[in-house]
Amino acid sequence: MAETTQTDERIKEISPLRRALIRPELGGIVGTFAVFTLFALFAFDSGMFNSQGVMNWSIVSAQFMIIAVGACLLMISGEFDLSVGSMIGFAGMMIAVFGVVLAWPMWIAIIITFVICCALGALNGWIVVRTGLPSFIVTLAFLFILRGFTIYIPQTIERKTIIGGIRDAAEGDWLAPIFGGKIGQPVFQWLGDMGIIGVFERGSRAGQPVVDGIPMLIIWAIILIIFGHILLTRTRFGNWIFAAGGDAEAARNSGVPVNKVKVLMFMFTAFCATVFAVCQVMEFGSAGADRGLLKEFEAIIAVVIGGALLTGGYGSVIGAALGALIFGVVQQGLFFAGVESSLFRVFLGVILLFAVILNTYIRRIITGER
Amino acid sequence: MADPIIQMKDIEKHFGSVIALAGVSVDVFAGECHCLLGDNGAGKSTFIKTMSGVHKPTAGEIIFEGKPLDFADPRDAMAAGIATVHQHLSMIPLMSVSRNFFMGNEPVKKIGPIDFFDHDYANRVTMEEMRKMGINLRGPDQAVGTLSGGERQTVAIARAVHFGAKVLILDEPTSALGVRQTANVLATIDKVRKQGIAVVFITHNVRHAMAVGDRFTVLNRGQTLGTAERGDITPEELQDMMAGGQEMVELEGSLGGTV
Repeated sequence: MAETTQTDERIKEISPLRRALIRPELGGIVGTFAVFTLFALFAFDSGMFNSQGVMNWSIVSAQFMIIAVGACLLMISGEFDLSVGSMIGFAGMMIAVFGVVLAWPMWIAIIITFVICCALGALNGWIVVRTGLPSFIVTLAFLFILRGFTIYIPQTIERKTIIGGIRDAAEGDWLAPIFGGKIGQPVFQWLGDMGIIGVFERGSRAGQPVVDGIPMLIIWAIILIIFGHILLTRTRFGNWIFAAGGDAEAARNSGVPVNKVKVLMFMFTAFCATVFAVCQVMEFGSAGADRGLLKEFEAIIAVVIGGALLTGGYGSVIGAALGALIFGVVQQGLFFAGVESSLFRVFLGVILLFAVILNTYIRRIITGER
Repeated sequence: MADPIIQMKDIEKHFGSVIALAGVSVDVFAGECHCLLGDNGAGKSTFIKTMSGVHKPTAGEIIFEGKPLDFADPRDAMAAGIATVHQHLSMIPLMSVSRNFFMGNEPVKKIGPIDFFDHDYANRVTMEEMRKMGINLRGPDQAVGTLSGGERQTVAIARAVHFGAKVLILDEPTSALGVRQTANVLATIDKVRKQGIAVVFITHNVRHAMAVGDRFTVLNRGQTLGTAERGDITPEELQDMMAGGQEMVELEGSLGGTV
């Protein structure tokens, strides 16, 4: 897109490598490639790459992706949300309370839960922009507040911390399948008939494919990634997200509504957490008080692996999605490869450290600091 | 001569018991570079903040294009055509030049029901405007962080001009720059002035002021010591007025006239 002008002899030609380096997605692309190569070499026969295996790590990755998209846009706008995990638990519990305990129609329960959670996200954001406190502290407070309510509410009204029966309550509902359903069954049946993917050998489902459709969770992940990517790179609002995180004061001087942008990003993060929660309770059929534990950190790690700067103003949704993919593939891949699962945490710590160092280096290249 | 584009009449500004401005009057004409000189604490910043709508004057009036003005906030002033390029630039190092150039004023292109950021237009205009100012970018996607301080000032000035500034207030644009970069910024000021824009150039460096200024107003302790035309005043006189006369003469004596 750069029309060439007279060249300035003081500007050194940048090598294509260096040019590629300053793309935020680079780490994610290289990492994804490395991870797939590694598992293809060492765990190819473990079942990781047959239809169930692929579906297994795709679902786990899609879960990470959903919360990573929200965390990514929020981080680029210069803030964190540590209450994502608690929000997931809280949202799931709200669905159970409204849909099962109060026995409201499931679609009403889902919509009200979305409204409440987005409002809580807005409250988070409002406190951050009004007080000027670090979002780290404000959302840490919400991590505890929401988790506390998530345990307190079911204990008080049901005397237990897990509320089941959500699947029955969602039976025949029009909105619930958008989160808990599957699509593409005929295609998978056809693939099974053609012998391309595995089918059940015997039992009542003999002849049906083992993987019988794409869960809506994955569709949500894809939609959110496309939405987030286009919003960030192709709209004026995306420019405001970068500006708000790059230098809030400078952005304000140029007429960018920084506070509005940040509050909206907190709301979007809460929205993503709620999507995650609704998909999860529809799949499990129950809501538990401990759901979503540590998810906020997993989301942040995926975003950082994807090349975003912790200080804001720089990052990519595609990168964050690849970070989530690496995350999911490695977590499930180590299981398939028969590696002790606690080593996954070691891997996570190492790759996080590596990603942060790489990102810092890249920032220096972009801003020309020496 | 035509009427001034902006007139500041007997502007007073008090902050509690502190009198920051005690009746300052300045006229600025389109197409001139009006230098506002003064030492630290002379009231330069307060004065330009009053002009750009950040502060409301305690007394006095501002007449812009023949009409009395009452800005509620800086956005009003910006909309009317009074743009300020601050010492602390409104540029974001991690973002590309074209994203910075259009920050807050992004061009949009409708595709279906959705407004998209028109990158092609933004890139083209940015390259064009920067070329007019004499800066050849590697590309519109070059990050502002890779530009020099002088080039960043130029981007900020070009941006203000592109978005229709009639009065361009430059708050110490050269104070942190090297010799070469200062020369570039001064050349930019000259280009802007020739487009018929009124430039208010704030500085405490007499040599920078003499290089491009058409008229000079010196502020000292919240008061103006009058406006001088180019050619009616020597750099030494300006220097003395800024420093408040007496002590400076003594100081210069001991420093051998090097200041």
